[in-house]
Amino acid sequence: MRLELAPRAEVSRIARVLAPVAAFLVAFLIAGGVIWLMGRSPLAAFRVYVSGPLSDPWALQELVVKATPLALIAIGLTYCFRANLWNIGAEGQYVMGAVLGGWLALRTHASDAGPWVWPAMMLLGIAGGALYGLIPALLRVRFGVSEILTSLMLVYVAQLVLDYLTRGPWRDPKGMNFPQSVTFDPSATLPQLFGAGRLHVGALFALVAILATAFVLGRTLFGYRLRVTGEAPRAARFGGFDAKRTTLAVFAISGGLAGLAGMSEVSGQIGQLQPSISPGYGFTAITVAFLGRLNPLGILAASLAVALTFIGGESAQILLKLPLDLTTAFQGLLLLCVLGADALVSYRLRIVARGGGRPGPPLPEGEVETAVAVRVRGHGLAGEGATPHPVAPPRDSTSPSGRGGNVP
Amino acid sequence: MTPLEAILLTIVTASTPLLIAAIGELVAERAGVLNLGVEGMMAMGAACGFAAAIGFDSTAAGVATAILAGAGMAAIFAFAVLGLAANQVGSGLALTILGLGLSGLIGAPFVGARRDPIPHLHVPGLADLPGIGRLLFGQDAFVYVALALAAAVALFLNRSRAGLTLRAVGENHVSAHVLGLPVLRTRFLAILFGGACAGLAGVYLSLVYTRFWSPGMTAGRGWIALALVVFAAWRPAYALAGAYLFGAATVLQLHAQAGQIGLPSQLLSAVPYLATILTLVLLSIGRGRAVGAPGSLGAPFVPDR
Repeated sequence: MRLELAPRAEVSRIARVLAPVAAFLVAFLIAGGVIWLMGRSPLAAFRVYVSGPLSDPWALQELVVKATPLALIAIGLTYCFRANLWNIGAEGQYVMGAVLGGWLALRTHASDAGPWVWPAMMLLGIAGGALYGLIPALLRVRFGVSEILTSLMLVYVAQLVLDYLTRGPWRDPKGMNFPQSVTFDPSATLPQLFGAGRLHVGALFALVAILATAFVLGRTLFGYRLRVTGEAPRAARFGGFDAKRTTLAVFAISGGLAGLAGMSEVSGQIGQLQPSISPGYGFTAITVAFLGRLNPLGILAASLAVALTFIGGESAQILLKLPLDLTTAFQGLLLLCVLGADALVSYRLRIVARGGGRPGPPLPEGEVETAVAVRVRGHGLAGEGATPHPVAPPRDSTSPSGRGGNVP
Repeated sequence: MTPLEAILLTIVTASTPLLIAAIGELVAERAGVLNLGVEGMMAMGAACGFAAAIGFDSTAAGVATAILAGAGMAAIFAFAVLGLAANQVGSGLALTILGLGLSGLIGAPFVGARRDPIPHLHVPGLADLPGIGRLLFGQDAFVYVALALAAAVALFLNRSRAGLTLRAVGENHVSAHVLGLPVLRTRFLAILFGGACAGLAGVYLSLVYTRFWSPGMTAGRGWIALALVVFAAWRPAYALAGAYLFGAATVLQLHAQAGQIGLPSQLLSAVPYLATILTLVLLSIGRGRAVGAPGSLGAPFVPDR
């Protein structure tokens, strides 16, 4: 018995929309099974993870607070992923945005600087994230280095930079030796929405980013260029689209939005710089982006759904003594389910009895050599331009109909 | 033991997990599968292996469990990318996130536990040779296993029919399929092998390198192993050299931190990551274009019929 995939003749729109929902349900069922295996009640966990936060007005506010950085980062990643570029270093860009913007907050601390400080901090946050995001993009464009590994490595570097600053030069001298900066002045703090409460202006940034992205991707030439570059790199080149400029642009955009997310979180939530300013938003946002099917409105919904797992995880830790790592594991599982469901939208999965449709008997040795020789030609064509580097992204993996490698 | 000898010994210890994980990933990539989940599989190997070693009070049980844990994680990945033709980069990332989370769950009860050092080889006479004695003849079993693994994989890939099949599948899966080679089965086995190696590399960290378990103890080594495969141009012999080079960089960085040379410790901690980036850049300049990368690397395969 084995599994067999057959491309679907046409992809139903309903299936497209339902796939992430189904993935969420499957992930929930598996997680429930794991909790049951741990000797806990899955129903009690479900109440704490889902029903609890959704029925409590305070928790609903918290939901938006947690969804804000996720949505901002994920919406930025959408640009990269649509162009088939793998920025997996958003966590680092988030940190560097907070570092550059936080610098201004510390510079103006205890001075009578006016209300221009926090808007300037946000701009610096965008700049910090964008510049940091441009490093892997430049390395890819200039030297052909895979952006996957470099962007990830830079996450560790950014975290070490923040660690150094908050333990060293930026440490609050009156902070009893705790590794943290001074508390930001009111002028360096994001205004709250609705007076009291925990909701801050950052949520509006996320909404604006979502609407702007919906417009850019759906209605502009740039959005069209991204899709063509991602799904058909050769066509993009024939169309005269500059892949290098696109690469730089999408990394700057996604880095900038991640930086804005980091700065908003530090200025609106934490109120000071400390060695750790993120529970992994930059990585979780990858799950959010795919759960939202790289669609701005989908990402709005996905960020709220995934924020729920963060809040549920926190209350489950307090109420059920379930470790926070369960949340991380769930987010990884969710991403796997989403990608699997995505594939099932374009392929029909059949279970066939052993023997059916198997490839023929292996050929003699000499002909196997030909198979190896064929790649020399195949590789030369397919590899040209489209994949400047070995660990470059799969050529046409995002296009549902693309059967990678079949295209010379 | 001279200080130089001590440093060389720690370099071997730091390099071994990188070598094992890189060799496993190398095989998967030669079969055309890019598995970015090395970090997660290593974390699972470290946690499950340590838990089993404490639970059964046996290093062998720990190692076996770690290998199974790594291969089990790899099987999940294989189901997604082979069974469902899901995106490999995304699925690999998901595997890393999943592995880091799960390993935290599994390892949590074992924080604070310690294991005794595992026995080292001691060839009478030879191991007492001055200078190179302990370096060559007094290591733990993992070191020799790692070296044997690299040699065996090199032989397998270049000298065996099955290795030729694996390379053909990785270079051009369409041609391989047309020739009747079992593309998906070959890839499945290669992915499992990569997972088993990552699990073994992980348990080396928790049972030999630190001898305790802590959350996030893999600290990006899985990612460095991935970079090593690129560095090695997909060849086992170069992976061996690369792993020892990176191990040396890590150890020298630690010694610099201990030696109080006046640089911030965070800067030195960043050295392995910065060195990885720099190496990738220098390699790309040197090679011009991607050399040695399997032609079908990262592309999903759905047989036409």
